[in-house]
This record gives sequence, C-alpha cells and structure tokens, in this order.
Amino acid sequence: MASKLVDKYFREDHLPHIWCPGCGHGVLMRDVAQAVENLGLDQNKVVLVSGIGCSSRAAGYMDFNTMHTTHGRALAFATGIKMARPDLEVICIMGDGDASAIGGNHLIHAARRNIGITAIIFNNNIYGMTGGQYSPTTPYGEKGTTAPYGNIDRSFNIPKIAEAAGATYTARGSAFDAVRTTKLIEEGIRHKGFSVIECASICPTYYGRKNKKGSVVDMYRWQKENSVTVEKAKTMTPEELKGKLIIGELSRDEFPELTEQYQKIIEKFGKGEK
Amino acid sequence: MKKIRLMQGNEACVEGAIAAGCRFYAGYPITPSTEIAEGCAVRMPQVGGHFIQMEDEIAGCAAAVGASAAGVKSMTATSGPGFSLKQENLGYACITEIPFVLVDVQRAGPSTGLPTSPSQGDVMQAKWGTHGDHPVIAIAPSSVEECYRKCVRCFNLAEKYRTPVIFLMDEIVGHLRESIEIPEESELEIINRSCPEDPTHTAPAYSCKKGELVPCMAPFGSGERYNITGLIHGEDGFPTNSTKTADAQVKRLIAKIEENLDDILEWEEDMPEDAETCIVCYGGTARSVYSAVEEMRNAGEKVGFFRPITVWPFPVEKMTEISKKVKKVVVVEHNNGQLVLEVERVIKNNCALDFLGKVNGTVITPDEVIAKVKEG
Repeated sequence: MASKLVDKYFREDHLPHIWCPGCGHGVLMRDVAQAVENLGLDQNKVVLVSGIGCSSRAAGYMDFNTMHTTHGRALAFATGIKMARPDLEVICIMGDGDASAIGGNHLIHAARRNIGITAIIFNNNIYGMTGGQYSPTTPYGEKGTTAPYGNIDRSFNIPKIAEAAGATYTARGSAFDAVRTTKLIEEGIRHKGFSVIECASICPTYYGRKNKKGSVVDMYRWQKENSVTVEKAKTMTPEELKGKLIIGELSRDEFPELTEQYQKIIEKFGKGEK
Repeated sequence: MKKIRLMQGNEACVEGAIAAGCRFYAGYPITPSTEIAEGCAVRMPQVGGHFIQMEDEIAGCAAAVGASAAGVKSMTATSGPGFSLKQENLGYACITEIPFVLVDVQRAGPSTGLPTSPSQGDVMQAKWGTHGDHPVIAIAPSSVEECYRKCVRCFNLAEKYRTPVIFLMDEIVGHLRESIEIPEESELEIINRSCPEDPTHTAPAYSCKKGELVPCMAPFGSGERYNITGLIHGEDGFPTNSTKTADAQVKRLIAKIEENLDDILEWEEDMPEDAETCIVCYGGTARSVYSAVEEMRNAGEKVGFFRPITVWPFPVEKMTEISKKVKKVVVVEHNNGQLVLEVERVIKNNCALDFLGKVNGTVITPDEVIAKVKEG
C-alpha cells in the first residue's frame, strides 16, 4: 500500500521508476517530496524542472508542474520560469554531469544572480544514463568506461563552486542520511535566493561495479561510515577529512533575490500593462 | 492621429513584440541583433514585463521557452553564431509545443564570419538547423514596417499553432531606418494560445479536441499539473517508446503546420500578366529587387517579382503557378544559393532558372540584379 506521501506527490500511473535496483535517486526523490510536505507548499504552485540523465526522470514521477528539459539546461529554463512568474516555487533536480559539466555555466550564473530557485543535485559520481562514463565528480583515480585506466581529472566540489559563484545557501546531504537531507532541502526551499543542495547518491550498476564498491548495502554503508557533519569536520585536519563526505549546511549568505529586485524596477513604471 | 515614427528594424521588432503581448525577453548580446536586447531591456519593465541577459545564447533560448511554459509570451533574438547555439532548445520547443519567437538577424558567416555585414545565409538553417523532423515557420520581413507588423504575426502564429516561429530578419532590415506608422491597438489582431476552459480538467495535457491538431495549453501554476518533456510523449505528456505514438506525434507536429498553409503562407507579388521573368527574393534583398524591377519596366522589360514573406513553409503552390506562366525565374538571395534549391525543386522544368547570390558581405545592388536578368 502506498504511503500518504506517495499518494499525494507521486504520479503512481508512471511508477515504478526506471532507476536500477539500489539506486540512491529514489530515496532522494522521496526527500524532496517530504521537504515540500513539511513546508506545506501549494502543489499547484510548485514547478519542478529537470535536465537530462537518470536524476532528471524524477520530474516525470512527481506530481507538480513538471518540465523535463535538455541536458544541462534545467537552470536556464527555470530562470525563465522564475523570472516570468516569481510567484511560482521553482525547484531544479539535476545530475552531476548535467549540473556541473554541460550545465556548469548555467549553475554558476544562476548562483551569481541569486535567483530564487532551489537547485538539488543528485550526485552519483558518474554518467549513469549513458552507461558509466566519468563525470566532473568522479573521484580522482576512479574508473569509468571512458576512464578505463583511472580518472586523471580532479573532481569538482559542487557546493564550493556554487558558494564562490554567489549562491546564498549551500548544503550537502546523502541518500543514506534521509532525515538530515530532507531538512537541508527544506531549508534550501525556504531560503530566499539561490540554494544548492548536493545530494550524494549511489550508482551500484555503473560506478559501483566499475570500481568494485561491493553491494548496494556496502555502498550505503560507505556513505554512513564516511559521512562527517559540518560541525565535526571543523574539528578535523585536512588529512583526516580526505575522502570524507562533509554533510550539513555548508554556507549561508544574504543578498537581494533577483526577481524581487526586478519587481522594484517594474514598480518604478507604475507596474502593469501599458 | 497617425503615430509616425522613425525607427530602426531592430527597434520596430521590439515594439511589434510588445504590441503582440510579449512580456518576456531573454538573450545574449550579439551583432547585429543587439538593439533588440537593448530595446527590450528598456521597454519590458515599462510594460510590466521582464528582461534578462543570460549567460549564453543557449540559456537565452531556454529561458524564453521556460517563460512561455509559465504562461508569458516570450522572445529571444540572435544572429549568426548565436542562431547555431539556439537550435538545441528550438527543437525542444517544437516537440513540447511551447510557443515563442526566435529572431535571427542574419549576418555573414560561416562561423564569426563578417559580424557587421548583411547576409541571408541562415535560410536553410532555419529549416533544418535543429535535429530531427520538426515543423518550421519562418517569416522574413523586408522593411521596418514589416519588422513591426510581421513580428506581431510571428507571435500570433506561434500562439495559434503552439510552435516556435523564427523571425528571419537580416542585417539590412535590422539596421535600416525608416518612418513607420505605428498601428492602433484596435487595428492589430492579437491571438493568444487557447487555454483549457477548466484548468483542473482531466483531459490529457496534449490531447486535441476532435478534428483539431493543436492541443490547448495551461500555464504553469493554473492548477493543471502536467508534464513537459523533450522525449517522444503521448497525449498525456509522459515519455513513451511506443512506435505508434512516436509516428503519430511527429506527424501531428508537422501536420498542424502543413494543413494550415492557407493561414500561414503570406507573400507579396507583382507579376503583370505579360511578365516573362519572375525575380524571387525575400527579406532585405527584396529592396534592391524593387528598384531593379522598376528600372527594367521603365525600359520596357517584361519582369515581375515574387517575395515570399513566409519563407518556411515555402509557398509551393504559388511558386508552381508562377513558374508555369513565365519563361524564367531568377532567384536573388544574399548567400551562395539556398532558397534557390527549394525553388528548383518546386518549379521542376516548368521554366528556366537562374540565380544571383553574394557572399562578400556587401549588399546586392539593383544594377547587379538587372545585369543578371539581362544575361539571358
């Protein structure tokens, strides 16, 4: 029997989802629904925009105004929606390749503008949809089908990039730590301005298999054992933090939100139609 | 009292868009279309609309499509290299049936080419630039007045058929200054997309009423929560791998344009009954043809012209009809030969065909047109 959350926020006709058994995305998608529920948002006013990739399929499963766009461009579409209709609550779900490779430019500029969009990045460290190529967040030395001898690129720290670019709220959660991650997403949506919540997912089919990470349970166990809260991380040395997943609220800043600023310009002209 | 104003084609495009109800512009600066962005930056907030300068051309197109999905008529404008970059999300708007207007003020290419020089080198890109089989409407204005009025028409067609419309301007009309009469609001026909009467209705989001080919469209936030995807989708808006659905969807997208040619096609012709030669031209290049035709007629030549305003879909029937009456068709266009390929396909061997083109970045002059027609 479906839970109340599923009944309310999911398009049951379109389930089961296409994600592989053990994939972390399903957990994270539920976290998004739970966050919206906790905030009591009007479902009719929530717009969920996604790009292309495994993560982006979430848009089709969730019962909001949903837009499954082109690869990397979710934030650019979302910017148009939010700018044209600031009354709508705009949430983006993107993957790591989606948001930080092909969509990297849109990510930093959405952050720079501080537009009131919540960007949620399901980071599974790999291009899953296309069969396991290395992404900008594949750890150094790890393998992908296009990094058969080990990845020689350094990996991105997405929240750090977003913060540097001007995002006024950044956080990291994980598929393992659903309760905390839900809270972080909730806080991101509540925050006025551009929020980025990176959610560590797991990809047992490609990333896990290619890099001998064991079973699904082993991969979740890794998340559990290697997660360090922001508070705890402050007491640790860089050496101790190597390879750890720092989770929690990472940064928060204040800057006027873009559409509110634009509204002031419109008001100068007496608003409305001419 | 008539409102007469001296303006540039690019400025007229902005005013036309606003008159059509456009309240959102997103774009990226690029010569020779930049004045459209600058104009929208000034004008949009004055009429309660929004302007945003995006980080790149791709984002400009995406934001315009997003705004339209949210229920606001939108536009983006670009030139040359930017038009290449817009193609990705132009295709997205085709398959998702989100209306918006994409202005391309053509300049000489390829690549960065001659950024400030005139050209009509994007005519085939307008038709085939985005991948896959898709519908295309492209309108080419020849005067500042048309930059205004045909921009309104672009929005009307976009809204009526739920499809992107390409406003295929060129540097000549974009930067041309002429006096134009600004039409009264009451004089303009403004078409808005049809919205579901009851936003909470249960009909699938992409289902058409019986006998119709265009589904109605609820704006985001209206209460009808539906899915938009660039994947092949059924009437419900959700992805499917059904071959039957794929076939039906792509064919409907094309049919909604092809079956409404009477409404969509528009042209200007000046073909006297005894004309032996027809010059085919469009956009800014037509202006040299007007002069050439006048001069030749004064000299007793039996010549006329045919100017498609709707370049895509191409006015096949009309072109065929003309080709059966004349001895020769001469296509004059500012490129190395693009629309001439379509003309050749259409007129078959009904009459002779000649071509005048140019790719050096200078304007085709009336003298060059006359010389070409007289050549044989």
